[in-house]
Amino acid sequence: MDPITDSAREIAAAVNLREISAAEVAERLIPHVARLDRHIGAYLELTPALMRERAAIVDRRIAAGERLPLAGVPVAIKDNMCLTGTHTTAGSKILRDFIAPYTATVVQRLLDAGALPVGKTNLDEFAMGSSGENSALGVTRNPYDLDRVPGGSSAGSAAAVGGFEATLSFGSDTGGSIREPAAFCNVVGFKPTYGRVSRYGLIAFASSLDQIGPFARTVADAALAYDTIGGHDPLDATSVDRPLEPTADGLREDLHGVRVGIVKEFALANLADAGVRACYESAYRELAALGAELVEVELPTADYGLATYYLIAPAECSSNLARFDGVRYGLRVDGDDVGEMYERTRAAGFGPEVKRRILIGTYALSSGYYDAYYLKAQKARTRVAEDFARAFERCDVIASPAAASPAFGFKAKSDPVAMYLMDYYTIPVSLAGLPALSVPCGAVIPEGGTRPMPMGLQLATPLFTERALLGYAHAYERATRHAERLAPVEIAAA
Amino acid sequence: MSTTAIPRGDLTPALLDKYEPVIGIECHVELKTATKMFCGCPNVFGGEPNTNVCPVCLALPGALPVPNAAAIDHLIRAGLAFGATIPVHSKFDRKNYFYPDMPKNYQISQYDLPLTQGGVVRYWLEDGSRAECRLTRIHLEEDTGKSTHASADGRLAGATSSLVDFNRAGVPLMECVGEPDLRSAAEAVGFLETLARTFRELGVSDVKMEEGSLRCDANVSIRLRGAADYGTKAEIKNMNSFRSVRRAIESEIARQINVLETGGRVIQETRGWDESAGVTHSQRSKEQAHDYRYFPDPDLVPIDVTAEYVEQVRATLTELPFERFVRYVDEFGIDSKRATQLVDDAPLAAWFDRAVTASQNPQATVAFVLGDLSRLANESGTPVAAGKVTPDALAELVKLTSSNAINSKAAKQVLETLWNEGGSATALVEREGLAQVSDRGAVEALVDQVLAANPKVVDDYRGGKTNVLGFLTGAVMKESRGKANPALAQELLKEKLGAG
Amino acid sequence: MASDRIDIRHVAKLARLALTEDEIATYGAQLGDLMSHVDELGSLDTQNVAATAQVVPSRNVQRADAVRPETMLTHEAALRNAPQAQNGYFRVPRIIAEEG
Repeated sequence: MDPITDSAREIAAAVNLREISAAEVAERLIPHVARLDRHIGAYLELTPALMRERAAIVDRRIAAGERLPLAGVPVAIKDNMCLTGTHTTAGSKILRDFIAPYTATVVQRLLDAGALPVGKTNLDEFAMGSSGENSALGVTRNPYDLDRVPGGSSAGSAAAVGGFEATLSFGSDTGGSIREPAAFCNVVGFKPTYGRVSRYGLIAFASSLDQIGPFARTVADAALAYDTIGGHDPLDATSVDRPLEPTADGLREDLHGVRVGIVKEFALANLADAGVRACYESAYRELAALGAELVEVELPTADYGLATYYLIAPAECSSNLARFDGVRYGLRVDGDDVGEMYERTRAAGFGPEVKRRILIGTYALSSGYYDAYYLKAQKARTRVAEDFARAFERCDVIASPAAASPAFGFKAKSDPVAMYLMDYYTIPVSLAGLPALSVPCGAVIPEGGTRPMPMGLQLATPLFTERALLGYAHAYERATRHAERLAPVEIAAA
Repeated sequence: MSTTAIPRGDLTPALLDKYEPVIGIECHVELKTATKMFCGCPNVFGGEPNTNVCPVCLALPGALPVPNAAAIDHLIRAGLAFGATIPVHSKFDRKNYFYPDMPKNYQISQYDLPLTQGGVVRYWLEDGSRAECRLTRIHLEEDTGKSTHASADGRLAGATSSLVDFNRAGVPLMECVGEPDLRSAAEAVGFLETLARTFRELGVSDVKMEEGSLRCDANVSIRLRGAADYGTKAEIKNMNSFRSVRRAIESEIARQINVLETGGRVIQETRGWDESAGVTHSQRSKEQAHDYRYFPDPDLVPIDVTAEYVEQVRATLTELPFERFVRYVDEFGIDSKRATQLVDDAPLAAWFDRAVTASQNPQATVAFVLGDLSRLANESGTPVAAGKVTPDALAELVKLTSSNAINSKAAKQVLETLWNEGGSATALVEREGLAQVSDRGAVEALVDQVLAANPKVVDDYRGGKTNVLGFLTGAVMKESRGKANPALAQELLKEKLGAG
Repeated sequence: MASDRIDIRHVAKLARLALTEDEIATYGAQLGDLMSHVDELGSLDTQNVAATAQVVPSRNVQRADAVRPETMLTHEAALRNAPQAQNGYFRVPRIIAEEG
C-alpha cells in the first residue's frame, strides 16, 4: 500500500486493520510534502508536529479497538478554517500572525474521525478570487502545469490533492471556490447543500453562500469525506437539523432512468474555444452512453447570476470583514486616534480584491441604495432558485461546464470583471444553495499551451439530495476515468 | 439677536407655562438570563476584564451567533405586559458601525420587524395621579463591551487611549422606545419608574441603573402650548439615575426655553448630561447622521411566533405593578404614597395581600405593615416576609385592635413579641392579660378614683384649662396598668368633668 | 437605471478604509465598470417576488439558556493575539467621536 497515492478508503481500511500505522503514514507524507511543496506552494503552513501527535492518538485508539472512518488519512485544510494552535490567515496580511485559539467544528470532526492534518492551504485572500492569485501570503501553482493557476479561491486545497500532497482536502465554496479549482486541478470538488456542513470556525466571506466541502481524487472518497463532516451543528444557526443520509454506500454504476438537464442558457456554442466545446460535447455524450436521458432545461435568469452574486456576496462580506480592525487580533497600524488606526490597519492589511468587494458591498447597502441593489439582488436570487426548482421538475441532475476554460496562466486575467466571469456556471447554483460538484471530464490543450490541462463537469441536484448527486458522479467517473489519464508535472526528487 | 440668557432660576411660571415640553424616552434594559444573547458565556456583572468571553462575543474570525431562547421569551413577556402586538414574523438585522467596544463592528439588533410593536405603559406620578404613555416598540439586541478612557477624569474627551473589556459584550438587551407622549420631567420619571418596576416584577431584568442594567436617553423638545407641530428635539444622554433623568430633563427644558426666548433656534443634536455641573453639553460630532446599512443577518434565521406560543406566555403574566397600585388605591383606599411603598417591595406586597385577605381591613393592615412591622423588620435586618409574624397572625392583631379588645399600646407589645417569637396574637393577649378593659362600669370606677385623687386638676379643667384632660386620661391608664380603653376613659372623664 | 458616479471617498469612509488618490481613481473606475454590469439587474422583473434572505427553510433556531463552559476562552487565550494589551484590557488609541 502507498499512503501517497492510495485513496482515503484504502488508507483508512489499512490503518483500521493495522496493516500500517497512522504514524507510518505521517512519516511517509511529511518529507514527501516538504519536497513537493517547494514547487507547488499549496501550503501556507505545514503542521508535522501536530500530524505526528494526531497519528499517535489514532494509533492508540485503534489499538484500543476503535475503528475510525478516516483513520490515518492525510488531509489538508484551507487556511480560512480555524485549528487551535495553527496560523489561520485567510491568505491575508491582516491575519498573517493570527493563531487560532479554537477549532472549527468541521476540523474537529475530521480529527475525531482519525484524519491527520498535513497543513493549512493557500487561498485567495478571504476566499475572494478564482485563481489563487489574490493570496497575499504565497503563490500556489497548478500541479499539472506549474506556470498556470490552480484556480480559486481554494487554490491550495485543490492543488494539494491534485498534486498528491494530501489524500483529501477541505475548502470552501461561495460562488465556485471548490468546483472551479477542482476542475483546474483534475480532482473531484464537492459543495454540499447550503446548511449541510457547519460554518462554525470558517472565516466568513458571504454568510448566506459559504459552504465547506471536500476535494478528493475519487467521488467515493469525496462521499466518505462528506459523510464525516456533514450534519447539524448547534453552534451554527444556519446548519440544518435534518438527518444526514449517508452517501458512501449510494454510489451507482450507471445512469439508467436518470434525466440529465442541459441548460439552454449554458449552450456550449457560446464557448469561444473549440477544444473546450468539444470536451463538453463529449462529456454529455458520455452521460447519455451511461443510459441517461438528456433533456433541455431553461434557467432564464442564469445571466443575472453574476450581477446578483456580486451584490450579495460583497454586501455580506463588507459586514463580515468589519471585525478586522486591529483591536483584538491581527495586524495593527497605529494612528493618532482609533479611527485613524482602523483606516490605516485595513488599508495595509487588505489586498485590492478584498478592498474592491468591501467598497462594492458597503455601497450596495448604503443609504439610498439598499432597495435598488441589495434588496433587488435578494429578489433576483429568489427568481434564480425558482428557475432551478422548475428545471428540476423535468430532470434529476443538471450538467454543465464547471468553468469556461482550463487553467489559465498567471496574470492572464488582469481585469476584475474578466476574473468574475470564471464563476459564470457555478454562481447560479450557489445562489440557489444547491449541492453541486465538479468531476474530471477530460483535458484540453489551452490556447498557447502545450500540456493538456484538466476540465471539469459540474453536476447539480435539488436541495438535500447529496446521496443522489454523488451517485450520478460516481457512475460517470467509473465509466470514464478521465482523471487517471493525466499526471501532474514530474517534480524531481531533490 | 442674542440677548442675555435668562438664568434658570428666573424662569417664571408664566414662561414655563408658555411652552409645553414634549419628551420621548428610549431605554436599554439588560435581560436577566443565565447566558449572553448569542453565545454560552455567563450573563454576569463585573469580573476581571476579558475573563468572560468566547470566540463569538469576542468576534474572532469564524465565530457564529445562536440566539438565546430565554431572551426571546423575556422580551415577548415584557411586550405582552404592556399590551404590545407580537408580530407573526420577526428577524434579526445587522446595524453596521465601527466602535472599539463593538467587537464585530456591527451590532445584531432588529430593524423593521421587531419582536413587539406598540403597547401602552400606564403609570402614576408622586402625587398619585395616573397617566399613560404609548410604546413604539421593544426589540432585542446585544450589548457592547465597556471602554474606560485614560484621561484625568476618566471621560472620553481628552483621553489619550482607551482600554476595552468585552465581558459585557453580547449580553441580551431590550431596547424600549416610547412615543413622545410625556409632558414633563416628572412624567418621564414616572414612566421610567413603572417601566422598571414592571420589568422587575416580570423577572426579565434587575433594572439597576447603577449597574447599567437600565440605561436611558431622553428626546426633549418644546413647543408653544397649543401648537400642533413638534419642536426640534435634542437627545439627552448620560443620565445615571432616576434623579439625573429628572434634573437633566428639567435643565434641558429650561435651556430650550432660554434659546427660543432669546431669539435662537433649537438645534437637533445629542447632548450629554453633566451631573456635577447640572447642565447638558453638546456632543455634536463633525459627521453627518449615521448610515447603519441595516440588512437581515445572514447568520441567523427568521423567527416565526405562533398564536399558541403567545397565549402560553400571556398565561404566565401575573398582576403587574400598575394594576396592583390601582387595586391598593381604588379598592383598599390606601393613599398613593403608601401604595407605592408596597408596590415597590413585591414580597412585602404579597405578604400584605395575604394579611388583608385574612383581616378584611386593608387600612388597618397597611398601618401596621408599613408602620411598626416595617420598623421591626428594618431594625432586625430581616424582611417582613421572612420574619416570624405570619399574615394570619397580623390579621388577628388587626381584628383585636379594631374591635377594641386591646388598645394600641398593647398592640405594639403584642406585635413585638410576635416578631420575636411568632405564634398567635389572640393566644398572646390571653397569656399576657393584655385585654383592654372596655367595661363601662370598671372604667367609670377608675375615673372616679382619679378625679377624687386630683381635685386641683379638676378645678383647673373646670376653670378652662381643658388640655389637662390628657394628664387625667394618662392617670386613668396608669391606674389600670395600661389596660383601660383610652377613648372610653376620656369620654367618661369629660362627662364627669362637665357635670358639676 | 444609470449608475451614478460612486462617491468612493464616502464609501471608503463608511468602511474605514484609507485610500490613496490613485486608489480612489482606480477603484472608482473598476467599481463603476462592475456596477454597469450590475445595473442589468434593473431589467429583471422582481415585482411580487419575496427576497431570499435565507436559502435554508429553518425557522426559530435557538439555544437553551445554559452556560457552555467548553466554548469559552481563558483570559490568556482571549488576549493572546492582542496587538496591544494592558492590565488584561485591549488597549486602543483615543476615541474621538462618541460613535465611530
